[in-house]
Amino acid sequence: MTTATADASALRAQQDKGRKAAQNREKWAQGRTYLSAAIILLWCLAPAYWMVVTAFRDVGFTYDTSILPSHVTLDNFRTAFDTSFGNRFGQALLNSVFIGAVVTAISLLIGVFAAYALARLNFRGKFLVLGFILGASMFPGVALITPLFQLFTNIGWMGTYQALIIPNISFVLPLTVYTMTSFFREMPWELEESARVDGCTQGQAFRKVIMPLAAPAIFTTAILAFISSWNEFLIASQLSSDATQPVTVAIANFAGAQPNQIPYTAIMAAGTIVTIPLVILVLVFQRKIVAGLTAGAVK
Amino acid sequence: MATELGPTPVKAPASGGTPGHHAPKGVGEDNRIASQGRWASWLLAPTIVALGVVIVYPIISAIVMSFQKDAGLDPATGLFTQGGSAGLQNYVNWLAQQCSAPGGGTVACPPGTLGGQFWSATATTFFFTVVTVALETVLGFWMAMIMARTFRGRSLVRAAVLVPWAIPTAVTAKLWFFIFAFEGIANKLFNTTILWTGSEWPAKWAVIIADVWKTTPFMALLILAGLQMIPADVYEAAKVDGATAWQRFRLITLPLVKPALMVAILFRTLDALRMFDLPYILTGGANNTTTLSILVINQIRQGFNSAAALSTITFIIIFLVAFIFVRFLGANVVEQSGATGKGKK
Repeated sequence: MTTATADASALRAQQDKGRKAAQNREKWAQGRTYLSAAIILLWCLAPAYWMVVTAFRDVGFTYDTSILPSHVTLDNFRTAFDTSFGNRFGQALLNSVFIGAVVTAISLLIGVFAAYALARLNFRGKFLVLGFILGASMFPGVALITPLFQLFTNIGWMGTYQALIIPNISFVLPLTVYTMTSFFREMPWELEESARVDGCTQGQAFRKVIMPLAAPAIFTTAILAFISSWNEFLIASQLSSDATQPVTVAIANFAGAQPNQIPYTAIMAAGTIVTIPLVILVLVFQRKIVAGLTAGAVK
Repeated sequence: MATELGPTPVKAPASGGTPGHHAPKGVGEDNRIASQGRWASWLLAPTIVALGVVIVYPIISAIVMSFQKDAGLDPATGLFTQGGSAGLQNYVNWLAQQCSAPGGGTVACPPGTLGGQFWSATATTFFFTVVTVALETVLGFWMAMIMARTFRGRSLVRAAVLVPWAIPTAVTAKLWFFIFAFEGIANKLFNTTILWTGSEWPAKWAVIIADVWKTTPFMALLILAGLQMIPADVYEAAKVDGATAWQRFRLITLPLVKPALMVAILFRTLDALRMFDLPYILTGGANNTTTLSILVINQIRQGFNSAAALSTITFIIIFLVAFIFVRFLGANVVEQSGATGKGKK
């Protein structure tokens, strides 16, 4: 009787020990996960944070290393928009919005139809078309720029908006098509079937049933398209004029009051202005964006 | 996600047809396919035409240009000439680093000229590509493994990785230019006095660090999406059978995530091979950070046709790398995108 109890308590002690060890291991693993997560956060956010902090620093404290902004000022934002050093940042912002909006609209307008066909219809040569569009999205910009430079010089389009919009379509449109294609594949198409059973034509079913359902996906694709147009630099750096340059070019060429002094704080302010709307957009629609980003690649 | 399909994307027959629609087979089906084909061509036409105008036309015209002489002073006669056919001369000039000589013919390009930079620019491009893609793959894989775990604040981490991705590359380049300034935070933090953009290796590492910072998140997201397609019970079964963590990683995670991983690596490789913004703004291409894309851009104002030859060479290099990936390393992009989304979500 006593031996049995002793055995039982020994067993219990052993089990406790085992459970504790397991718990410790678990805690360890959790701790490591949190540590890694913290490293990832620091790695991703610290440089971006540095840009924002510097944007708010008085220009005399450009190289200050305090973590919180010392000598806070909004002067840099005013300097960013100051046109007296030849910078046209305000104009460039408008240009980028305009170019991005037109490119996004055109790409969506024609890309959505192509994506519908690729996702839903059965036809010969489908893989060829898919391959062509994917290939187009990986195409190097420099291979386009030489002939376009010559063509636009010849027809007097250098520095015009259309000279920036047309090449942008070459990489935004493929992106639009394959993102929309993978969104379309996941939609509840049974509804289209029922609409057709109820007497809609394929076109009507598409307009009245599918388009409203696809609206969120189209919106996400529009964000991705706009961002990629907003980020374009290579073509704009060669084909734009002072009047039509987008923000990326304006920031790259930012000049200061003195020719040999780089106006870092004003550049960081400009960078912050260019980035904040994108970051907000991306964080608000985070799930959708990630789905869109990974759509073409993994599914 | 795709537990029904299993982790390997099933190669679907080339049908995007409704999963499980009940159209009668036979004549009706044939009509249906024919009408779908007509529909498809109408729907695809605008995109195909647009891509023809913005991509196919420039490529063909670049290739045509690359076989022509650049207009300029004829070295033999001293007169202005309109060019004319050059045959393969533009290509030979780049590959052999030959420049036209004052007395006619060609000589080895003097150091410092654009013509003498072809091989060093190629080497730089491949160096950047190999180093950045390797670092991004390892770091991205690690980040994806962490983000795949369940812990409090996971959504915060997943949101944070989108921040570097959302910042335009031109801004990223300026930001790192500031971080790497002589009096900048990088030198202060590590108590160094490196002229980051002032000599070859620091300049190269500055470009690599900035690129890795910017694009690792993208890699991590693609890998994470691949990881999430692996059903959890596979791991459970392996655990029950006594597989160690390392064995589970090597024998389950790696092979099952391989298709997604290969596509991610392919995307990044092609991106890195055409790298332009970052070195152009960060270092201006100085100190041997001139990539092939920068060389093309620098050449444009000195001669369209030889720039066209160089951009065609760049295009061929990128095409060959993509071909090798798809053919030999199993990065089957088209097939993966072609697989139907049946059973997902």
